[in-house]
Amino acid sequence: MIGIEVGFKWIVFIAMALLATGSALMMVTRRNPIHSALWLIVTFFSVAVIYVLLNATFIAVAQVMVYAGAIMMLVLFVIMLIHLEWGAQSTSKKSFAKLIGALITIMLFLQVLGGIFTYANVGRKGAYTPEVLAGASNVQAAGNLLYGKYVFAFEIASVLLLVGIVGAVLLARKRKD
Amino acid sequence: MELVYSLVEIIVKNIVVVLVLMGFVAYTTLLERKLLGRLQVRFGPNRVGPFGLLQPLADGVKSFFKEDIIPEEADKTLYVIAPGICLFTALSMFAVVPFGGTITLLGREIKLVIADIDTGLLYLLALATLGEYGVVLGGWASGNKYGVLGALRAAAQMISYEVALGLAVIGTIILAGSLNLGDIVAAQQSGMWFIVKYPFGFIFYLVAGLAEINRTPFDMPESESELACGFNIEYSSMKFATFMIAEYAHMFTVAAIVTTLFLGGWSGPWLPGPVWFLIKVFAVIFFFIWERGTYPRLRYDHIMQFGWKVLLPLTLLNVVVTAALVAMGVI
Repeated sequence: MIGIEVGFKWIVFIAMALLATGSALMMVTRRNPIHSALWLIVTFFSVAVIYVLLNATFIAVAQVMVYAGAIMMLVLFVIMLIHLEWGAQSTSKKSFAKLIGALITIMLFLQVLGGIFTYANVGRKGAYTPEVLAGASNVQAAGNLLYGKYVFAFEIASVLLLVGIVGAVLLARKRKD
Repeated sequence: MELVYSLVEIIVKNIVVVLVLMGFVAYTTLLERKLLGRLQVRFGPNRVGPFGLLQPLADGVKSFFKEDIIPEEADKTLYVIAPGICLFTALSMFAVVPFGGTITLLGREIKLVIADIDTGLLYLLALATLGEYGVVLGGWASGNKYGVLGALRAAAQMISYEVALGLAVIGTIILAGSLNLGDIVAAQQSGMWFIVKYPFGFIFYLVAGLAEINRTPFDMPESESELACGFNIEYSSMKFATFMIAEYAHMFTVAAIVTTLFLGGWSGPWLPGPVWFLIKVFAVIFFFIWERGTYPRLRYDHIMQFGWKVLLPLTLLNVVVTAALVAMGVI
Protein backbone atom coordinates (compact mmCIF):
# COMPACT_ATOMS: atom_id res chain seq x y z
CA MET A 1 0.00 0.00 0.00
CA ILE A 2 2.92 2.31 0.75
CA GLY A 3 4.15 1.76 -2.81
CA ILE A 4 0.96 3.24 -4.24
CA GLU A 5 1.14 6.20 -1.89
CA VAL A 6 4.73 7.03 -2.74
CA GLY A 7 4.01 6.67 -6.45
CA PHE A 8 1.03 8.97 -6.14
CA LYS A 9 3.14 11.55 -4.33
CA TRP A 10 5.73 11.40 -7.09
CA ILE A 11 3.10 11.96 -9.78
CA VAL A 12 1.65 14.93 -7.90
CA PHE A 13 5.11 16.35 -7.26
CA ILE A 14 6.21 16.14 -10.89
CA ALA A 15 2.93 17.60 -12.15
CA MET A 16 3.13 20.49 -9.68
CA ALA A 17 6.82 21.13 -10.32
CA LEU A 18 6.17 21.32 -14.07
CA LEU A 19 3.14 23.54 -13.50
CA ALA A 20 5.11 25.86 -11.22
CA THR A 21 7.98 26.21 -13.68
CA GLY A 22 5.69 26.52 -16.68
CA SER A 23 3.49 29.17 -15.12
CA ALA A 24 6.57 31.06 -13.92
CA LEU A 25 7.77 31.13 -17.54
CA MET A 26 4.34 32.27 -18.69
CA MET A 27 4.37 34.97 -16.04
CA VAL A 28 7.66 36.39 -17.30
CA THR A 29 6.70 36.28 -20.98
CA ARG A 30 3.16 37.75 -20.92
CA ARG A 31 2.64 41.24 -22.37
CA ASN A 32 -0.39 42.06 -20.28
CA PRO A 33 0.58 42.68 -16.62
CA ILE A 34 -2.75 41.29 -15.40
CA HIS A 35 -2.04 37.98 -17.13
CA SER A 36 1.45 37.96 -15.60
CA ALA A 37 -0.07 38.45 -12.16
CA LEU A 38 -2.53 35.61 -12.72
CA TRP A 39 0.20 33.21 -13.83
CA LEU A 40 2.13 34.14 -10.70
CA ILE A 41 -0.91 33.09 -8.66
CA VAL A 42 -0.83 29.71 -10.43
CA THR A 43 2.85 29.39 -9.49
CA PHE A 44 2.10 30.13 -5.84
CA PHE A 45 -0.65 27.54 -5.90
CA SER A 46 1.50 24.77 -7.28
CA VAL A 47 4.22 25.56 -4.75
CA ALA A 48 1.57 25.34 -2.01
CA VAL A 49 0.65 21.85 -3.22
CA ILE A 50 4.33 20.85 -2.94
CA TYR A 51 4.29 22.10 0.67
CA VAL A 52 1.30 19.84 1.32
CA LEU A 53 3.28 16.90 -0.06
CA LEU A 54 5.96 17.69 2.53
CA ASN A 55 3.26 17.53 5.26
CA ALA A 56 3.68 21.26 5.91
CA THR A 57 -0.02 22.05 5.64
CA PHE A 58 0.24 25.18 7.74
CA ILE A 59 2.85 26.70 5.45
CA ALA A 60 0.79 25.64 2.43
CA VAL A 61 -2.37 27.34 3.62
CA ALA A 62 -0.43 30.40 4.76
CA GLN A 63 1.17 30.54 1.30
CA VAL A 64 -2.23 30.50 -0.42
CA MET A 65 -3.73 32.98 2.02
CA VAL A 66 -0.92 35.51 2.11
CA TYR A 67 0.71 35.25 -1.32
CA ALA A 68 -1.89 33.85 -3.71
CA GLY A 69 -4.65 35.68 -1.86
CA ALA A 70 -3.79 38.94 -0.19
CA ILE A 71 -0.59 40.12 -1.87
CA MET A 72 -1.58 39.22 -5.42
CA MET A 73 -4.95 40.83 -4.87
CA LEU A 74 -3.13 44.05 -3.97
CA VAL A 75 -0.93 43.70 -7.04
CA LEU A 76 -3.97 43.22 -9.29
CA PHE A 77 -5.67 46.15 -7.59
CA VAL A 78 -2.72 48.43 -8.29
CA ILE A 79 -2.40 47.26 -11.92
CA MET A 80 -6.09 47.92 -12.54
CA LEU A 81 -5.96 51.25 -10.76
CA ILE A 82 -3.11 52.69 -12.81
CA HIS A 83 -4.26 51.07 -16.06
CA LEU A 84 -0.90 49.53 -16.71
CA GLU A 85 -2.37 47.22 -19.32
CA TRP A 86 -2.92 49.99 -21.85
CA GLY A 87 0.25 52.03 -21.58
CA ALA A 88 3.71 51.32 -20.21
CA GLN A 89 4.18 48.30 -22.46
CA SER A 90 7.56 49.41 -23.61
CA THR A 91 8.69 47.40 -26.60
CA SER A 92 12.13 48.93 -26.88
CA LYS A 93 14.66 46.33 -27.90
CA LYS A 94 17.52 47.10 -25.53
CA SER A 95 17.55 49.18 -22.42
CA PHE A 96 19.81 49.61 -19.44
CA ALA A 97 17.07 48.44 -17.06
CA LYS A 98 16.64 45.18 -18.92
CA LEU A 99 20.37 44.54 -18.81
CA ILE A 100 20.52 45.05 -15.05
CA GLY A 101 17.43 42.88 -14.59
CA ALA A 102 18.99 40.08 -16.61
CA LEU A 103 22.24 40.31 -14.62
CA ILE A 104 20.42 40.14 -11.29
CA THR A 105 18.35 37.20 -12.47
CA ILE A 106 21.42 35.26 -13.56
CA MET A 107 23.13 36.00 -10.26
CA LEU A 108 20.09 34.81 -8.31
CA PHE A 109 19.88 31.68 -10.42
CA LEU A 110 23.57 30.86 -9.81
CA GLN A 111 23.12 31.45 -6.09
CA VAL A 112 20.14 29.09 -5.90
CA LEU A 113 22.00 26.53 -7.97
CA GLY A 114 25.03 26.72 -5.70
CA GLY A 115 22.82 26.45 -2.64
CA ILE A 116 21.09 23.34 -3.95
CA PHE A 117 24.36 21.58 -4.75
CA THR A 118 26.15 22.35 -1.49
CA TYR A 119 23.07 21.41 0.52
CA ALA A 120 22.70 18.12 -1.32
CA ASN A 121 26.40 17.37 -0.72
CA VAL A 122 26.13 17.91 3.02
CA GLY A 123 22.91 15.90 3.16
CA ARG A 124 21.92 17.54 6.43
CA LYS A 125 18.31 17.42 7.60
CA GLY A 126 16.54 19.80 9.96
CA ALA A 127 14.58 18.76 13.02
CA TYR A 128 11.24 19.03 11.22
CA THR A 129 11.37 16.49 8.42
CA PRO A 130 8.12 15.52 6.65
CA GLU A 131 8.03 12.33 8.73
CA VAL A 132 8.11 14.29 11.99
CA LEU A 133 5.49 16.77 10.77
CA ALA A 134 3.15 13.94 9.76
CA GLY A 135 2.89 12.98 13.41
CA ALA A 136 2.85 16.39 15.07
CA SER A 137 0.19 19.09 14.93
CA ASN A 138 1.37 21.39 12.20
CA VAL A 139 0.09 24.67 13.56
CA GLN A 140 1.45 23.93 17.00
CA ALA A 141 4.87 23.06 15.61
CA ALA A 142 5.03 26.29 13.61
CA GLY A 143 3.71 28.33 16.55
CA ASN A 144 6.17 26.89 19.04
CA LEU A 145 9.09 27.60 16.74
CA LEU A 146 7.94 31.10 15.76
CA TYR A 147 7.13 32.27 19.26
CA GLY A 148 9.86 30.27 20.99
CA LYS A 149 13.15 29.65 19.29
CA TYR A 150 12.82 32.24 16.51
CA VAL A 151 10.88 34.93 18.36
CA PHE A 152 13.63 37.51 17.81
CA ALA A 153 13.73 37.03 14.04
CA PHE A 154 9.94 37.01 13.99
CA GLU A 155 9.71 40.32 15.84
CA ILE A 156 12.36 41.89 13.60
CA ALA A 157 10.34 40.85 10.56
CA SER A 158 7.20 42.41 12.06
CA VAL A 159 9.05 45.64 12.79
CA LEU A 160 10.30 45.71 9.20
CA LEU A 161 6.76 45.31 7.91
CA LEU A 162 5.57 48.02 10.26
CA VAL A 163 8.25 50.36 8.95
CA GLY A 164 7.00 49.61 5.45
CA ILE A 165 3.45 50.56 6.41
CA VAL A 166 4.58 53.75 8.13
CA GLY A 167 6.58 54.67 5.05
CA ALA A 168 3.57 54.10 2.79
CA VAL A 169 1.37 56.26 5.00
CA LEU A 170 4.01 58.98 5.02
CA LEU A 171 4.26 58.94 1.22
CA ALA A 172 0.48 58.99 0.75
CA ARG A 173 -0.07 61.81 3.26
CA LYS A 174 -1.48 65.03 1.90
CA ARG A 175 1.20 67.66 1.51
CA LYS A 176 0.65 70.91 3.35
CA ASP A 177 2.00 73.18 0.64
CA MET B 1 -8.84 -2.34 -0.50
CA GLU B 2 -8.97 0.19 2.30
CA LEU B 3 -7.62 2.79 -0.10
CA VAL B 4 -10.40 2.06 -2.61
CA TYR B 5 -13.08 2.21 0.08
CA SER B 6 -11.88 5.54 1.41
CA LEU B 7 -11.62 6.94 -2.14
CA VAL B 8 -15.22 5.87 -2.85
CA GLU B 9 -16.29 7.37 0.47
CA ILE B 10 -14.65 10.70 -0.36
CA ILE B 11 -16.16 10.84 -3.85
CA VAL B 12 -19.66 9.92 -2.65
CA LYS B 13 -19.45 12.49 0.14
CA ASN B 14 -18.37 15.18 -2.31
CA ILE B 15 -21.15 14.47 -4.77
CA VAL B 16 -23.85 14.27 -2.11
CA VAL B 17 -22.71 17.46 -0.41
CA VAL B 18 -22.46 19.45 -3.64
CA LEU B 19 -25.87 18.28 -4.87
CA VAL B 20 -27.59 18.95 -1.54
CA LEU B 21 -25.83 22.31 -1.28
CA MET B 22 -26.99 23.31 -4.78
CA GLY B 23 -30.55 22.31 -3.87
CA PHE B 24 -30.47 24.46 -0.77
CA VAL B 25 -28.89 27.30 -2.72
CA ALA B 26 -31.68 27.19 -5.29
CA TYR B 27 -34.32 27.36 -2.60
CA THR B 28 -32.45 30.06 -0.70
CA THR B 29 -33.06 32.32 -3.71
CA LEU B 30 -36.80 31.58 -3.45
CA LEU B 31 -36.71 32.09 0.32
CA GLU B 32 -35.01 35.44 -0.15
CA ARG B 33 -37.54 36.63 -2.74
CA LYS B 34 -40.47 35.41 -0.67
CA LEU B 35 -39.21 36.97 2.57
CA LEU B 36 -38.20 40.23 0.91
CA GLY B 37 -41.67 40.34 -0.61
CA ARG B 38 -43.28 39.89 2.78
CA LEU B 39 -41.00 42.53 4.31
CA GLN B 40 -42.09 44.94 1.58
CA VAL B 41 -45.79 44.02 1.97
CA ARG B 42 -46.15 42.10 -1.28
CA PHE B 43 -46.37 38.41 -2.12
CA GLY B 44 -43.13 37.54 -3.89
CA PRO B 45 -43.10 34.84 -6.60
CA ASN B 46 -46.25 32.72 -6.36
CA ARG B 47 -47.16 31.77 -9.93
CA VAL B 48 -44.88 28.85 -10.80
CA GLY B 49 -46.12 25.83 -8.89
CA PRO B 50 -47.78 25.90 -5.45
CA PHE B 51 -46.47 28.89 -3.44
CA GLY B 52 -44.00 29.51 -6.26
CA LEU B 53 -42.06 26.38 -5.28
CA LEU B 54 -40.96 25.67 -8.85
CA GLN B 55 -39.63 29.21 -9.35
CA PRO B 56 -35.89 28.29 -8.94
CA LEU B 57 -36.35 25.61 -11.62
CA ALA B 58 -38.02 28.08 -13.96
CA ASP B 59 -35.25 30.61 -13.33
CA GLY B 60 -32.62 28.03 -14.15
CA VAL B 61 -34.30 27.01 -17.41
CA LYS B 62 -34.81 30.64 -18.37
CA SER B 63 -31.20 31.69 -17.86
CA PHE B 64 -30.03 28.57 -19.67
CA PHE B 65 -31.90 29.51 -22.84
CA LYS B 66 -30.95 33.20 -22.90
CA GLU B 67 -28.45 34.38 -25.45
CA ASP B 68 -24.88 34.15 -24.22
CA ILE B 69 -22.98 37.32 -25.11
CA ILE B 70 -19.23 37.84 -24.89
CA PRO B 71 -18.38 41.50 -25.47
CA GLU B 72 -15.97 42.50 -28.23
CA GLU B 73 -13.64 44.25 -25.77
CA ALA B 74 -13.61 41.35 -23.34
CA ASP B 75 -10.62 39.27 -22.35
CA LYS B 76 -12.27 36.06 -23.56
CA THR B 77 -10.56 33.43 -21.38
CA LEU B 78 -10.78 35.37 -18.15
CA TYR B 79 -14.33 36.41 -18.95
CA VAL B 80 -15.35 32.76 -19.18
CA ILE B 81 -13.47 31.41 -16.15
CA ALA B 82 -14.32 34.26 -13.74
CA PRO B 83 -17.81 32.95 -12.77
CA GLY B 84 -16.27 29.49 -12.38
CA ILE B 85 -13.70 30.80 -9.88
CA CYS B 86 -16.51 32.33 -7.81
CA LEU B 87 -18.55 29.13 -7.74
CA PHE B 88 -15.54 26.88 -7.16
CA THR B 89 -14.32 28.75 -4.08
CA ALA B 90 -17.81 29.16 -2.63
CA LEU B 91 -18.41 25.41 -2.88
CA SER B 92 -14.98 24.25 -1.77
CA MET B 93 -15.16 26.36 1.38
CA PHE B 94 -17.82 23.95 2.54
CA ALA B 95 -15.33 21.07 2.52
CA VAL B 96 -14.01 21.68 6.03
CA VAL B 97 -17.34 22.50 7.70
CA PRO B 98 -18.61 19.58 9.82
CA PHE B 99 -22.36 19.11 9.41
CA GLY B 100 -22.85 16.17 11.78
CA GLY B 101 -21.09 13.68 14.04
CA THR B 102 -20.12 10.22 12.84
CA ILE B 103 -22.60 7.78 11.35
CA THR B 104 -22.18 4.09 10.66
CA LEU B 105 -23.03 3.08 7.13
CA LEU B 106 -22.36 -0.36 5.59
CA GLY B 107 -20.08 -1.19 8.50
CA ARG B 108 -17.93 1.93 8.08
CA GLU B 109 -17.59 4.83 10.49
CA ILE B 110 -18.20 7.92 8.40
CA LYS B 111 -17.41 11.41 9.64
CA LEU B 112 -19.92 13.94 8.36
CA VAL B 113 -17.29 16.35 7.06
CA ILE B 114 -15.47 16.14 3.75
CA ALA B 115 -11.99 17.15 4.86
CA ASP B 116 -11.18 16.98 8.55
CA ILE B 117 -7.94 18.98 8.41
CA ASP B 118 -5.87 20.62 11.14
CA THR B 119 -5.77 24.01 9.44
CA GLY B 120 -9.50 24.19 8.67
CA LEU B 121 -10.07 27.74 9.76
CA LEU B 122 -7.05 29.07 7.86
CA TYR B 123 -8.23 27.16 4.79
CA LEU B 124 -11.56 28.99 5.03
CA LEU B 125 -9.86 32.38 5.23
CA ALA B 126 -7.58 31.51 2.31
CA LEU B 127 -10.46 30.46 0.07
CA ALA B 128 -12.48 33.51 1.06
CA THR B 129 -9.66 35.64 -0.33
CA LEU B 130 -9.49 33.63 -3.53
CA GLY B 131 -13.24 33.91 -4.11
CA GLU B 132 -12.94 37.61 -4.77
CA TYR B 133 -10.68 36.97 -7.74
CA GLY B 134 -13.77 35.82 -9.60
CA VAL B 135 -15.49 39.15 -8.94
CA VAL B 136 -12.41 41.25 -9.68
CA LEU B 137 -11.47 39.40 -12.86
CA GLY B 138 -15.07 39.22 -14.05
CA GLY B 139 -15.37 42.97 -13.75
CA TRP B 140 -12.04 43.67 -15.39
CA ALA B 141 -12.35 41.11 -18.20
CA SER B 142 -15.68 42.55 -19.35
CA GLY B 143 -13.84 45.54 -20.77
CA ASN B 144 -16.51 47.83 -19.36
CA LYS B 145 -15.75 50.86 -17.22
CA TYR B 146 -18.59 50.14 -14.81
CA GLY B 147 -17.34 46.59 -14.56
CA VAL B 148 -13.82 47.79 -13.73
CA LEU B 149 -15.16 50.24 -11.17
CA GLY B 150 -17.17 47.46 -9.53
CA ALA B 151 -14.12 45.21 -9.57
CA LEU B 152 -11.93 47.88 -7.97
CA ARG B 153 -14.50 48.53 -5.29
CA ALA B 154 -14.78 44.80 -4.65
CA ALA B 155 -11.00 44.45 -4.30
CA ALA B 156 -10.70 47.43 -1.97
CA GLN B 157 -13.63 46.35 0.17
CA MET B 158 -12.39 42.79 0.39
CA ILE B 159 -8.86 43.75 1.41
CA SER B 160 -10.28 46.00 4.12
CA TYR B 161 -12.74 43.56 5.62
CA GLU B 162 -10.58 40.46 5.28
CA VAL B 163 -8.41 41.72 8.12
CA ALA B 164 -11.35 42.22 10.46
CA LEU B 165 -12.74 38.84 9.43
CA GLY B 166 -9.47 37.12 10.32
CA LEU B 167 -9.22 38.95 13.64
CA ALA B 168 -12.82 38.13 14.55
CA VAL B 169 -12.23 34.37 14.41
CA ILE B 170 -9.01 34.46 16.47
CA GLY B 171 -11.04 34.48 19.68
CA THR B 172 -12.66 31.17 18.77
CA ILE B 173 -9.21 29.71 18.10
CA ILE B 174 -8.04 30.88 21.52
CA LEU B 175 -11.13 29.43 23.21
CA ALA B 176 -11.03 26.08 21.41
CA GLY B 177 -7.24 25.78 21.23
CA SER B 178 -7.45 24.45 17.70
CA LEU B 179 -7.93 25.48 14.08
CA ASN B 180 -9.84 22.29 13.32
CA LEU B 181 -13.55 23.06 12.93
CA GLY B 182 -14.45 19.65 14.38
CA ASP B 183 -12.48 20.47 17.52
CA ILE B 184 -14.14 23.88 17.73
CA VAL B 185 -17.57 22.23 17.67
CA ALA B 186 -16.41 19.70 20.27
CA ALA B 187 -15.20 22.52 22.54
CA GLN B 188 -18.66 24.09 22.35
CA GLN B 189 -20.36 20.77 23.10
CA SER B 190 -18.46 20.37 26.35
CA GLY B 191 -18.87 24.00 27.36
CA MET B 192 -21.03 26.92 26.33
CA TRP B 193 -21.57 28.09 22.77
CA PHE B 194 -18.96 30.63 21.77
CA ILE B 195 -21.65 33.22 21.11
CA VAL B 196 -22.05 33.37 24.91
CA LYS B 197 -18.34 33.36 25.71
CA TYR B 198 -17.30 35.61 22.85
CA PRO B 199 -20.35 37.69 21.86
CA PHE B 200 -18.51 40.60 20.25
CA GLY B 201 -16.58 38.26 18.02
CA PHE B 202 -19.91 36.94 16.77
CA ILE B 203 -21.15 40.43 15.93
CA PHE B 204 -17.88 41.43 14.24
CA TYR B 205 -17.85 38.22 12.24
CA LEU B 206 -21.40 38.82 11.05
CA VAL B 207 -20.54 42.37 9.94
CA ALA B 208 -17.29 41.41 8.21
CA GLY B 209 -18.98 38.34 6.74
CA LEU B 210 -21.69 40.52 5.19
CA ALA B 211 -18.97 42.61 3.58
CA GLU B 212 -17.26 39.43 2.42
CA ILE B 213 -20.34 38.13 0.58
CA ASN B 214 -21.13 41.61 -0.77
CA ARG B 215 -24.57 41.86 0.73
CA THR B 216 -26.46 44.91 1.89
CA PRO B 217 -25.35 47.21 3.47
CA PHE B 218 -22.00 46.40 1.85
CA ASP B 219 -23.19 45.53 -1.69
CA MET B 220 -20.89 48.11 -3.25
CA PRO B 221 -19.45 45.94 -6.06
CA GLU B 222 -22.89 45.62 -7.65
CA SER B 223 -24.70 48.75 -6.61
CA GLU B 224 -27.19 49.02 -9.45
CA SER B 225 -28.04 52.68 -8.91
CA GLU B 226 -24.46 53.94 -9.37
CA LEU B 227 -22.64 51.28 -11.33
CA ALA B 228 -25.50 49.80 -13.35
CA CYS B 229 -24.82 46.46 -11.63
CA GLY B 230 -21.05 46.75 -11.29
CA PHE B 231 -18.78 43.79 -11.91
CA ASN B 232 -21.35 41.56 -13.63
CA ILE B 233 -22.74 44.23 -15.96
CA GLU B 234 -21.73 42.48 -19.20
CA TYR B 235 -22.64 38.98 -18.12
CA SER B 236 -25.70 37.27 -19.47
CA SER B 237 -27.28 33.84 -19.64
CA MET B 238 -25.76 31.00 -17.62
CA LYS B 239 -22.60 32.94 -16.77
CA PHE B 240 -24.68 35.53 -14.95
CA ALA B 241 -26.62 32.72 -13.29
CA THR B 242 -23.32 31.15 -12.18
CA PHE B 243 -22.37 34.40 -10.44
CA MET B 244 -25.77 34.40 -8.75
CA ILE B 245 -25.45 30.76 -7.67
CA ALA B 246 -21.95 31.44 -6.37
CA GLU B 247 -23.23 34.40 -4.38
CA TYR B 248 -25.93 32.35 -2.70
CA ALA B 249 -23.59 29.39 -2.16
CA HIS B 250 -21.17 31.78 -0.50
CA MET B 251 -23.97 33.12 1.69
CA PHE B 252 -24.89 29.57 2.69
CA THR B 253 -21.26 28.79 3.49
CA VAL B 254 -20.77 31.94 5.58
CA ALA B 255 -23.94 31.06 7.49
CA ALA B 256 -22.53 27.56 8.00
CA ILE B 257 -19.25 29.00 9.32
CA VAL B 258 -21.09 31.31 11.72
CA THR B 259 -23.06 28.26 12.91
CA THR B 260 -19.91 26.20 13.39
CA LEU B 261 -17.81 28.85 15.07
CA PHE B 262 -20.34 30.53 17.31
CA LEU B 263 -23.62 28.59 17.49
CA GLY B 264 -22.34 25.15 18.50
CA GLY B 265 -22.25 23.67 15.00
CA TRP B 266 -24.33 20.55 14.52
CA SER B 267 -24.75 19.87 18.24
CA GLY B 268 -28.17 19.98 19.85
CA PRO B 269 -30.58 17.79 21.80
CA TRP B 270 -33.05 15.15 20.43
CA LEU B 271 -32.74 15.83 16.71
CA PRO B 272 -29.88 14.37 14.61
CA GLY B 273 -26.83 16.54 13.93
CA PRO B 274 -27.45 17.54 10.29
CA VAL B 275 -30.98 18.71 11.17
CA TRP B 276 -29.72 20.99 13.91
CA PHE B 277 -27.03 22.22 11.56
CA LEU B 278 -29.60 23.17 8.91
CA ILE B 279 -31.91 24.82 11.45
CA LYS B 280 -29.08 27.03 12.69
CA VAL B 281 -27.80 27.80 9.19
CA PHE B 282 -31.24 28.87 8.03
CA ALA B 283 -31.66 31.01 11.14
CA VAL B 284 -28.51 32.89 10.13
CA ILE B 285 -29.66 33.08 6.48
CA PHE B 286 -32.99 34.45 7.70
CA PHE B 287 -31.05 37.16 9.52
CA PHE B 288 -29.11 37.99 6.35
CA ILE B 289 -32.34 38.39 4.35
CA TRP B 290 -34.14 40.29 7.09
CA GLU B 291 -31.20 42.67 7.39
CA ARG B 292 -31.21 43.19 3.60
CA GLY B 293 -34.84 44.23 3.78
CA THR B 294 -34.06 46.64 6.61
CA TYR B 295 -30.89 48.59 5.87
CA PRO B 296 -29.99 50.91 3.00
CA ARG B 297 -26.63 50.64 1.22
CA LEU B 298 -23.73 52.47 2.83
CA ARG B 299 -21.81 55.09 0.89
CA TYR B 300 -18.52 53.81 -0.48
CA ASP B 301 -16.15 56.03 1.55
CA HIS B 302 -18.20 55.27 4.66
CA ILE B 303 -17.64 51.57 4.09
CA MET B 304 -13.89 52.02 3.85
CA GLN B 305 -13.75 54.33 6.85
CA PHE B 306 -15.88 51.97 8.91
CA GLY B 307 -13.70 49.03 7.97
CA TRP B 308 -10.35 50.59 8.81
CA LYS B 309 -11.14 53.11 11.53
CA VAL B 310 -13.90 51.35 13.49
CA LEU B 311 -14.02 47.63 12.80
CA LEU B 312 -10.27 46.96 12.74
CA PRO B 313 -9.42 48.63 16.10
CA LEU B 314 -12.48 47.08 17.74
CA THR B 315 -11.65 43.55 16.57
CA LEU B 316 -8.03 44.00 17.68
CA LEU B 317 -9.19 45.15 21.12
CA ASN B 318 -11.57 42.21 21.22
CA VAL B 319 -8.74 39.76 20.57
CA VAL B 320 -6.55 41.30 23.29
CA VAL B 321 -9.37 41.33 25.87
CA THR B 322 -10.42 37.75 25.03
CA ALA B 323 -6.83 36.52 25.27
CA ALA B 324 -6.42 38.26 28.63
CA LEU B 325 -9.68 36.81 29.95
CA VAL B 326 -8.72 33.31 28.83
CA ALA B 327 -5.25 33.71 30.38
CA MET B 328 -6.83 34.77 33.69
CA GLY B 329 -9.21 31.85 33.49
CA VAL B 330 -12.39 33.96 33.51
CA ILE B 331 -13.94 32.33 30.43
